[in-house]
Amino acid sequence: MTIWELVYRIGVDYLEIWKSYTFPSPFAVIKTLFGLIGDNTLGIAVLASMKRIIVGYSISIVIGVIIGLTIVRYKYLDENFSALILGLQTLPSICWLPFAILWYGLGEGAIMFVIAIGSTFAISIAIESGIKNVPPLYIRAAKTMGASGIKIYWNVIIPASLPSVISGLKQGWSFAWRALMAGEMLTATVGLGQVLMVGRDLADISQVMAVMVVIIVLGLAVDKIIFGRIEANIRTKWGLDRG
Amino acid sequence: MSLIVENVSKRFDTKHKKTHTLDRVSLEFKKGEFICLLGPSGCGKSTLLNVIAGLEKATEGRILLGGKEVKGAGSDRAMMFQESALFPWLRVIDNVEFGMKMAGVPKEERREKALKYLKMVHLTKFQNSYVHELSGGMRQRVALARALTLDSDVLLMDEPFAALDSQTKNILQLELQQIWWETKKTIIFVTHNVEEAVLLADRVIVMAANPGRVKKEFKIQLARPRLLENVDLVYMVAEIMKELKEEVEKVAKAEYDSDWNIEKDTVLSNTSDDMGIGL
Repeated sequence: MTIWELVYRIGVDYLEIWKSYTFPSPFAVIKTLFGLIGDNTLGIAVLASMKRIIVGYSISIVIGVIIGLTIVRYKYLDENFSALILGLQTLPSICWLPFAILWYGLGEGAIMFVIAIGSTFAISIAIESGIKNVPPLYIRAAKTMGASGIKIYWNVIIPASLPSVISGLKQGWSFAWRALMAGEMLTATVGLGQVLMVGRDLADISQVMAVMVVIIVLGLAVDKIIFGRIEANIRTKWGLDRG
Repeated sequence: MSLIVENVSKRFDTKHKKTHTLDRVSLEFKKGEFICLLGPSGCGKSTLLNVIAGLEKATEGRILLGGKEVKGAGSDRAMMFQESALFPWLRVIDNVEFGMKMAGVPKEERREKALKYLKMVHLTKFQNSYVHELSGGMRQRVALARALTLDSDVLLMDEPFAALDSQTKNILQLELQQIWWETKKTIIFVTHNVEEAVLLADRVIVMAANPGRVKKEFKIQLARPRLLENVDLVYMVAEIMKELKEEVEKVAKAEYDSDWNIEKDTVLSNTSDDMGIGL
């Protein structure tokens, strides 16, 4: 904060490298932040964004898991579609926006589609590699103990692949979060991305910065609190944190 | 329930190479017998065990357990592996209960029985630990307890002590004799360690490689509990070693350069021919 303020003072006030509307001071940002919280803009925006991402992300989990399991099950699909899925995963999900708008119109549907498609492939790849990397010894051991079919899936393969599935879900979340912001900046009428764009339209750089801070904090919070806890829990159980 | 291996052959055919891992192996195991399958690496002893377990299919022949043909893996043939194969996401007690859970045994009964067998391997203290907190020897103890809970007549062991340090191994070998004595299971134990085989087995079956087959059987009629220091045991080891040496040499010759020779390269000899010249 001090460094930021110092940079602001030197850059804007003394050297006049930047104009005050291109570089915000921390105090202005905090003031705007409280302003946005005070008139409830931020609250509504956060709620709207969270609703979208939760729906979109849930859809992508469902579809991602289905795709992942199908690929593992059928070798033909694995051989022919893995490269395609990898390719689709590298495609930034915002590229789907034109399609989304054509299919769902300018609204909630389009944004959720972009979110879902952004994280689906990351999740399905994680499921696939998670299951493929389950040590065969675990499955053999389970077989000699009388487990078969669905019991092996439920009691061995799923728990054994959990660590990599969780990191896939985490990665999926970050893709979804980015897709959400991009989608909202372009099409939304309410939401964090839209508040940020309003800031831009009004040349209110502090508002842009304030929203950015909120986005960072929210993203970090979900990452650390939800995924971080689950991951840490699994890692200590498995003994992966030692050494 | 006797276990019969009838004319079992196993071939692996790939595009480049055909390997004959087992060639018409026939064996009969009596109930309550402790058998060791002994042989150099590549003689198909582990494959034979996997076929008996039902984890691999024989190309020809069949396995009969109590008169019925074995199809696929099942809890009537418990198995222990070189690595413990315990599940890292479960606590020790849950690992021991796994087989019973698969069989649908009610929870209280499961817990009680798991504790009984954990007690047999002296690890009740660690029932709530996770697998990574245990040493290698402790893991094998838990794996043994887990195998025992299945109440199978047959216990298959695939080099279960091979990865352990020798002190831990000795202790576990002695305890395994004790447990076998108490539970009266038929144990088929794969090993490449001659001392281990003689120490544990009623019968040692020496296998030969390329193709894998039974070479010779040795009955070990020594009093139990046996100790490694026993003179009779050392004698038996030497006898079996003679038989095995030929096989080891054959396998080694296939791997090393052609000038390698087991006699020449293991006996220390002075080649300068000047012994005693300065006397």
